[in-house]
Amino acid sequence: MTNSKEYHRLLDLQELEVDLFLHALNSQFGYDFREYNKAHIIRRLVFRTKALGLNSITELQHKLLHEKGFIETILRDLSISVTEMFRDPSFYIRIRKEVLPILKTYPYIKIWHAGCATGEEVYSFAIMLQEEKLLDRTQIYATDFNPIVLETARKGIYPIARIKDYTSNYQAAGGTRSFSDYYIAKYDSVILDQRLRTNIVFAEHNLVTDSVFTEAHLIVCRNVLIYFNKSLQAKVVALFKNSLIKGGYLGLGSKESLMFTGLADQFVVIDEKEKIFKLKLQ
Amino acid sequence: MKEQSFKYEAIVIGTSAGGLMALKTILSALPAHFSMPLLIVQHLAPRSEGFLAHYLNNTSAIHVKEASPYDMILAGNAFIAPPNYHMLVENDRTISLTVSQKENYARPSINVLFDSAARVYKEKLIGLILTGANNDGSQGIVQIKAAGGLTIAQDPQTAEAAIMPQMAINTNCVDKVLKLNEIANLLIALDDNPTQ
Ligand SMILES: C[S@@+](CC[C@H](N)C(=O)[O-])C[C@H]1O[C@@H](n2cnc3c(N)ncnc32)[C@H](O)[C@@H]1O
Repeated sequence: MTNSKEYHRLLDLQELEVDLFLHALNSQFGYDFREYNKAHIIRRLVFRTKALGLNSITELQHKLLHEKGFIETILRDLSISVTEMFRDPSFYIRIRKEVLPILKTYPYIKIWHAGCATGEEVYSFAIMLQEEKLLDRTQIYATDFNPIVLETARKGIYPIARIKDYTSNYQAAGGTRSFSDYYIAKYDSVILDQRLRTNIVFAEHNLVTDSVFTEAHLIVCRNVLIYFNKSLQAKVVALFKNSLIKGGYLGLGSKESLMFTGLADQFVVIDEKEKIFKLKLQ
Repeated sequence: MKEQSFKYEAIVIGTSAGGLMALKTILSALPAHFSMPLLIVQHLAPRSEGFLAHYLNNTSAIHVKEASPYDMILAGNAFIAPPNYHMLVENDRTISLTVSQKENYARPSINVLFDSAARVYKEKLIGLILTGANNDGSQGIVQIKAAGGLTIAQDPQTAEAAIMPQMAINTNCVDKVLKLNEIANLLIALDDNPTQ
């Protein structure tokens, strides 16, 4: 048992080192991860520590504070940008059926994608809006706190290897055309139709530290809240509530909910399974 | 060796090919009053949502559900990692899910669950590797052992796919190699006599 006692001490130390690391990250760089779920943060920091051949997270912190540009690596490690086009096709079907017909009644539509990562979700919406003849009068704001993923998002160029999955997602999501209408293939990439981008603004915005963003008719924030603890999740949903028009819609990821935010009673459930909510008119 | 004088607090299970029947055999043998919560990763095709949890819930006396974020890991429950999400244990003994990159080509990954559970439950954790056709979980077994937990592998000769338990055994960090019914009996015995 003595061995495992030493190991327990190491684990406890790592908990402390992670807290100190997150404090340093926040005060030096303004990225506040202190209310993110910790298990995942620890896993990523331990992984990075080992990958660099360092002995402890304290050494990793030293690198963060003293090595120029290392923040980018850490930001990439801690912000999970895994995404795809038409992720969860049934979500898009319900948006098309339940939300877009109402949005159609407005002369001008604003949509906010919060935590848009490399942009696949945003372009998926642009395609769907185009097919519903709404794109021309829609302003899409796509934000993320990680400037590196936004770079990719702006370009709208993706690996061709993923197109097969995206095509079947598109079809399952109720797409009305041929998916190949929306891109041209070049070497091992696809370049999305640049016209889709006309009404999209990509911008940096941190959900933890920045304030209300816009008066949106629809906010899409999928697979972001899942990384937050309950209290941070509640704060961010309050931010969304204040950034929506009355009667505006909120779409979350399939494992996310309003259950622990204390704000569930402010919204009407439009689709329980697809996590689509409507802010009450009051 | 002295007998351990503590109760195990939780059980983590990892499996892939052949896991459905193996899980059914073990879970259906557990009595309704079985008190240790179970956390389960079974590699699955990404779109088989909810099926495994429903199936196992219908064939078991304990309550089996697909895990949701913030679920409290309470006695009498078994939690299945949802397809396409990693499942982790937080310090306050709640569940968190992530969509981070695959590990060992898998999401959910057994290592991700085992590592985070070992961190939280330390020596009060039982780790179980059942039938499967890849090496996910071996690293997690090493972590559980290092933290002083109890590690068990299904006897590869009785497993539908021998690789996963065999790879776990090859780490030299597995305490017991048992058949499915022996595993169930051991878990029940440990649960009934928590101080032995
Ligand atoms: C898993 S991706 C989700 C992408 C897309 N919404 C989807 O569901 O496919 C999560 C994104 O949230 C971003 N993110 C995490 N914390 C954030 C914060 N505090 N403010 C803004 N974006 C954040 C990450 O940078 C990452 O790009």
